[in-house]
Formats: sequence, structure tokens, C-alpha cells
Amino acid sequence: MAPICTFTEGCSLSIFTRFLGRLGASLVVLIGVSMLIFFIARIIPGDPARIALGPRATEAQVDQMREALNLNEPIIVQYGLFIGDLMRGDLGMSLYSNRPVMTDLVEYLPATLELVLLAGSMMVMIGLPLGAISARYRGRWPDNLVRVISLLAVSAPAFVWAVGLVLVFAYFTPLFPITGRISDTLELERITGFMLIDTLAAGRFDAFASALHHLILPAFALSLSGIGQAARLTRSNMIATYEQPAIEMAQAYGFPENRIARRYAFKPSLIPSLTIIGLDFAALLGNAFLVEVIFAWPGLSRYGVGVILQKDLNAIVGTVLIISATFLITNLIVDFLVSVLNPRIRLSEGNK
Amino acid sequence: MSEPLTLDIKDLRLAFKNWSGTTEVLHGIDLKIAQSERVALVGESGSGKSVTSRIVLGTMQDVRTARVTGQVAFEGTDLSALTSSDRRALRGRDISMIFQDPSSALNPVFRIGELFQEVLKRRDPKVTKAEARKRAAKILHEVSIEDPDRVLDSYSFQLSGGMNQRVMIAMALINKPRLLLADEPGTALDVTVQAQTLTLMRDLVEQQGTSVLFISHNLGVVREFADRIYVIYQGRIVEHGATKALFDAPKHPYTRALLSAIPRLTGGGVPDIAERSPDFDAPFIDHAEVR
Repeated sequence: MAPICTFTEGCSLSIFTRFLGRLGASLVVLIGVSMLIFFIARIIPGDPARIALGPRATEAQVDQMREALNLNEPIIVQYGLFIGDLMRGDLGMSLYSNRPVMTDLVEYLPATLELVLLAGSMMVMIGLPLGAISARYRGRWPDNLVRVISLLAVSAPAFVWAVGLVLVFAYFTPLFPITGRISDTLELERITGFMLIDTLAAGRFDAFASALHHLILPAFALSLSGIGQAARLTRSNMIATYEQPAIEMAQAYGFPENRIARRYAFKPSLIPSLTIIGLDFAALLGNAFLVEVIFAWPGLSRYGVGVILQKDLNAIVGTVLIISATFLITNLIVDFLVSVLNPRIRLSEGNK
Repeated sequence: MSEPLTLDIKDLRLAFKNWSGTTEVLHGIDLKIAQSERVALVGESGSGKSVTSRIVLGTMQDVRTARVTGQVAFEGTDLSALTSSDRRALRGRDISMIFQDPSSALNPVFRIGELFQEVLKRRDPKVTKAEARKRAAKILHEVSIEDPDRVLDSYSFQLSGGMNQRVMIAMALINKPRLLLADEPGTALDVTVQAQTLTLMRDLVEQQGTSVLFISHNLGVVREFADRIYVIYQGRIVEHGATKALFDAPKHPYTRALLSAIPRLTGGGVPDIAERSPDFDAPFIDHAEVR
């Protein structure tokens, strides 16, 4: 394996410093998001204490609740108190579930992450090859087939696919279960909250199979538009790459056509595609909501919408923070991958 | 001569099919290159010189709208009788090519060393990394690159245009091809660098006994490099002769116009040449003393 850099010795160090810089920038963004969502949540009309206690509570009870939630303090002081609690890992109590928000997040986040991670993997592992095949056989039938499929996939939102897939693969032909994360008959101890990991950790392969069986249909429904998007993006980037003299040279030297497609056209096209795919991946978190509703998936997106409708201040802020953090982490990873793939970025950073 | 010609083109026609019918762009080209001979095909842009090289290379035949007729024989085998993959087998081994702009032809995401290995694999699929590197370093030395190791570890965008051109020449000749197609080599470089690299290319080609089809619009460059010249205009060969004969006594009106188009150091500005002239369509002239 060749070293990452031959030119400058400090090169791998420079990737590291670049990464640290990005990490710092992400933290700043996260702080900004926390302020924004904190203030917005308090500006929305309606008294959260009144909503939580219901219409029959007395004024005194509501006032007591407002006092407990620090809602009578100036908004700046409220934010300071919130940050102080956050540093201790305390996001406050949820008015919706009457539990600490942290507990709720720990319970619901793994389910959504598991769903989104599998959907994202499908997006990359199905979408990219489809796009590459399409560009390799541009203008011929495999290209036309892929283009029709990917156009169909992007033109309908995830919940339409979810309903369609449930009808076809769970109702008419009962190949897959409709609801839940695992078969009800299986008892399982919760370790990480990720079903696939927990079942394997327990050495229960039947449970693992059941969890996977439950996961495939919702993940596929969620990933379909991403698959279409990734395929279309890869195709158009690769076709643009095919026009370049470097590819003509590879053809003039008789390199095998499949090798040209894989190494010479696909790799450079991956660089612009990756950035968009990273954003799409993060967007899956938001799209997951309706899919979670349709498949009765006990995930964070469903929880998030529930708490917004209840004006559950602490839970809203907590959920949004977690989603933003996931978004930022995904972008950091994509950034890193792009700089590894693109020697120009890698070396120009090193030569500074 | 008993041995077959390296390249023997007879009545080559190329047409592109489109929705309204076909458009012919080459109207019957005849061209011969003997072993170790350097032949130039000269003409303005759009005259059909580049498509001719793509036909010899065998890539034009794979374009779906292109219709190629006539004979293109490489060392006695007619390319049209070969399948697409047999034509591919010739490329990079027996027929090689140098491009106009070396800096964009060399792939920017791979190191020069990796590209050399890929090219060497065309001749010897089992070539090891170390062996490929050794052979690449040797040929880079022959094109006057002092520090081959640094170049092999570089990406094309880290090297100068002249350096890339040397790399390109070395890459084109490392597999000892029988025929080298040079499509406007170094036109994207500045004149001094172009001259240096062309000298290197000539030396290497002479040493290996490679035949060359040199495609250019620049008669000055061609004069230094070619044994014989074909002048092409609007998809037809209009004049053909040994370099000296053609330069001493150009007979076709188009050739004369082309020759007078070279700006002179002594000044006088760029000569005024008609874009089209009925004279240019005069019949083909072959200089008699040519074999």
C-alpha cells in the first residue's frame, strides 16, 4: 500500500489539522443551531405549560409549572440555564412522555439511526453501481432502463413508496412483516438499542434474521429516492468525465472498457457525487418521519413530530440538536472522504 | 519492397448518419506508410485529419453514427475485418498515440507511475510494480528526464506542460509500437518546448524504427520531422510528395496558400488568405519522384 503522501512529510498531519478545523467549524454551527431552535421554540404561540397541563388545570397550577420550567425568566437567562444543564448531559424533562429528554432520545434514536444507516448504505451500494452501469452503456438499453427506474424513484416521495411496498410485499404477497422492529414472540435484552447489534451480541441469529427481515422494507422505501438521485448524479458526472481527454487516452491505449469505467471514469466522478450524497443521506433523517409512521417504527422522527405538536420545549430542542449533530457528522465524514479521493485537495493542503 | 506496408489506406470514406440522412466527411483517402517512415498529414481544422487518425486507431469504428468504408490495412491486416475487441488489442501495443494537450490527457487522479504500469500491462499483463517502475524510469531517462523517480511519484498537475509531454512520448513508445499516431503533438505547449520535445520524439522513433503518422496544421514543424507529406483539404488529399519536393515546389493552390500562411520572423504580418477558393478544389497532385 502506497503512503498517502510521498511529497511532503507533514501531509497526513495536514489532513488531521484540516479535520480539526472542520470539527471546530461544526461545533460553532451546532451552537448556532441550538440558539436558533431554542428561541424559535419559545416564540411559537401557545403556552407550553398550559398545553402540558390541559384546559382544566387552574391558573395557579400553570404558574407553578411555568416557574418550574424557568419560563418567567428573561429568554437570555433561560438559554444560559439550558446550556448549563446541557453541559451536564441534562436536556430537561419532556412534558410529553414525562421522562428526561435524554432517556427518550437514547430510546428512540438507535431505531432511526439503524433505519437511516441501512437506507443510506442501500443508496450508495445500489445507486452508485446503477449510475455507473448507465454511463458505461450510455445510449444503449441498460442506460435507458436505469434512467426510467431512477426517474420513477426520485419522482415519488418516500411515503408513497412505503405505502406501495407495504401493499405489494406485505399485504398481497406477505413476504415481509408490516410493523415493528422485531417479532413480538422474541424476548431480547436491550444493550445498544440497535437491533442488529443487540441480537448478534446475544448470539441470537434467529432474532438477527427477524430484525433484518423487519428492517428491509422500511429502509428500502426510505432509500428509493436516494437511490434514484445517486444513480442520476453518478451517471451525469461519469458521462461528463467520459468526454475528457484522459478517457480518450485510456481508450487509445486499449485499456479494457470495464476497467476504464471503474477506474478512470467512476473514481473522478465520485468526488462531486459524494458531497450531494452526503446531504441526501442526512436528509433521510427528516424523510424518515412518514416511513416510521407507516411501518409503526418506534423512531426519533416520529417522536420529534409528536413533541412539536405538543409544544414540548425541551424535547423539541433535544431532537433538533441530535438531528443537526448527525447532519454535521455526516458532512465531516464526506469531507474527509473527498479529500482522500481527490489528490489535488490532499496535496494542496499539504504544500501550504 | 516485400514486407507489408505499416499502414495502407485505400479509398477511405467516413460518413456520419443523422436524422436527415448521411453526411460524408472523408471522400476517399489514399495514404501509405512504410516501415520506419515518418509521414505527415497536414490540413486545417475540420479537414478530416483527426478523424483519419481515429479510424486508424480503430475507435471511430465504434461510434454508432459513423460509417467507415474502404480499406485500412495495418501490416497487411484489414482493420475492418477485425472485431472491435481485436482492434482494441492492437491499441497501446502495436499502435500508439500522442495527444495534443499532454496535461489533460494524463489522468489527474493517478500518479504517472501508475499510468505507466497500466500501459505496460497492455504488452505484458503480468508485469510487476517494481519491473514496471524500472522500465518506466529507463525510458523517462531517454526523454531527458533527470529525476524519473520524482516524476513517477507525481500527478500530472504537479508537472509542467513540457514535462508532461515528455512523459506522454515515453508512454507512447514504451511498448515499442509499430505505428505511432501523433495528433498535433505539443500544439498546446509553447514553441520552444514543442521543438525540444519533438526532437526527443524523433530520436526515440528513429532508434526504435517506429513508423509515424504525424498530424498537424503547422508546416514548419512538419518540415523538420516528416519524410513525406500529404496535404488534406475538405476530406480529400490534394497534394502528396517528399517533404523537400513539396516545400521546394508546391503545386496545388491550397498547399501554396497553406505555405504562405506561416507568419515570418521578418515581419509583414499574417498573410491574407481566402477562406474558400474554387482553386482549392483543383484535382489531386502527386509529386512524381515519390516511390
